[in-house]
Amino acid sequence: MREPAGPIQPVTARATSRVIPDITRRAFAVWFRDAKVWATFYKASLIGDLGEPLLYLVAMGWGLGKLVGTVDGVPFIEFLAPGLVCSTAMYAATFECTFGAFTRMTRQKTYDARLATPLSLDEIVAGEVLWGGTKGFFSGSAMILVMALFGFAGSPLALLALPLAFLIGLLFACLSMIVTAKAPSYDFFSYYFTLGIAPMFLFSGVFFPLHTLPQWGRTLAWFLPLTHGVNVSRAIFTGTVDLGTAADLAWLLIFSAGAFLVSVRAIRKRLVM
Amino acid sequence: MSDIVLSASDLTKRYGSFTAVDGISFEVREGECFGFLGPNGAGKTTTMRMITNHVPVTEGSLTVLGMEVMANAREVKSRIGVVPQDNNLDTDLRVLENLLVYSRYHAIDRKAALERAGELLAFFQLAEHAQSPIDRLSGGMQRRLLIVRGLINEPELLILDEPTTGLDPQARHVIWQKLRALKSQGVTLVLTTHYMEEAERLCDRLVILDHGRILVEGSPKDLIEKHAGSDVVEIRLEEGESAGDCLKALGGQVPDGTVAECSADTLYLYAPDGGKILEQIRIESGRTFLRRRATLEDVFLRLTGRELRE
Repeated sequence: MREPAGPIQPVTARATSRVIPDITRRAFAVWFRDAKVWATFYKASLIGDLGEPLLYLVAMGWGLGKLVGTVDGVPFIEFLAPGLVCSTAMYAATFECTFGAFTRMTRQKTYDARLATPLSLDEIVAGEVLWGGTKGFFSGSAMILVMALFGFAGSPLALLALPLAFLIGLLFACLSMIVTAKAPSYDFFSYYFTLGIAPMFLFSGVFFPLHTLPQWGRTLAWFLPLTHGVNVSRAIFTGTVDLGTAADLAWLLIFSAGAFLVSVRAIRKRLVM
Repeated sequence: MSDIVLSASDLTKRYGSFTAVDGISFEVREGECFGFLGPNGAGKTTTMRMITNHVPVTEGSLTVLGMEVMANAREVKSRIGVVPQDNNLDTDLRVLENLLVYSRYHAIDRKAALERAGELLAFFQLAEHAQSPIDRLSGGMQRRLLIVRGLINEPELLILDEPTTGLDPQARHVIWQKLRALKSQGVTLVLTTHYMEEAERLCDRLVILDHGRILVEGSPKDLIEKHAGSDVVEIRLEEGESAGDCLKALGGQVPDGTVAECSADTLYLYAPDGGKILEQIRIESGRTFLRRRATLEDVFLRLTGRELRE
């Protein structure tokens, strides 16, 4: 056998040890693949995006709204709608980056195929999260469109809810990627949906104002990302943007960035062995 | 630029306390077809996955096209092609879309990608399936498409992990023919296989790997001559007969230097140093026997043993 050319160095520069993710514009190629597949089935997808918020608005807003009357001085349906913009964005991104991403990572071996190209694993995570954010944006936009049809989104300020839907999508896409990285099988996601997403949906101020909760309840709600999304959304639609809104927005941005870094590390930990 | 395309020295991969690849060294020269043979679990796929940077190297050095793989993963992967053992074509996309999306991962612009995809699909006899969904393709066509995808970035080195496993003979022959054509165009090929016939037909040089170590290295012809001679006689033992009994029954016919090996119900006689003496052995009628040329399979089985690997 041949003699080694030089002293053998143990490899220490592990891909998993990098703190700053290794990301270039190639991440958009990952996004592009997911978008292209979505475009094949876009009709079915759009019906779901538009149909579900419409059903919620009609059933909860009109149906329940008749009994509730007004909340914080506005008809219940108008109180509810800005919250639903956020929750639909949350659900769309969460489904995409749990069931969707898990299928691509395991069953379809899409990540494995991507890793044989110059893409880095960090770029794959970035592209997937970007796509999850886009799905959130689509769903949130559909809801905003429905609100405009109902006449609840008259002010041009409502357009600011579009980037908000994207941001909420990104945030929940990152959280979902962490869950996906830890998931041994699809069953794992039912824990996440039941213990994480469902309480988020119910206790983030979508259906009732949080000031009706006792202090400890409000404190707990502060830790739920969706709470801050709902705050910003409601401020946009009621035209009451203030410093508190800026604080909520900052909360969302910082949390998203943190969740992204954790998701990158979690996926590396799962796939780089 | 030297003509060494791929080189490993003391390459090691450990998973916890399990050593999958145990300090192997080899060099692959430009334009050759280099094979990794070995039973299941020998470390072939792990070695390929270290070359493609799917799996980090634990110890030792691994250089592709003059670059240390882990430190230059992007550059390395943009210049090699990968044909994985597991089919990971994108079933959500059609044939051509698979290639275009993959080209995007390689940052190849759309026009160049379309042109290259068209040429490759035609060369691999898939042109009329460009718009087919993946699940409409046969196993052989999917494997060819995996090779096409691996070639989309015009790689200097193509890594193929068991390129024909599970295919019928027709499909295998088409792939062999295409791989030989690629080689004649100057693409360096590195492949793993456990089909000896495949290695004998395709590889200029190969290593036999077992338990993560290289047992031998050489051209198929040299390895056969050195480790199995030219001719082999296989004699089926009769009920209750031992190998010794059988040898005794052959009397003084077995020349000196012949290697006799017994496995379950069969006695194998390997002629010494390429001798053809075994042709003259007369075997009493009624016995089941086979006189044949030595193949790589004999080398392989002699070196790695005959017990099952599961």
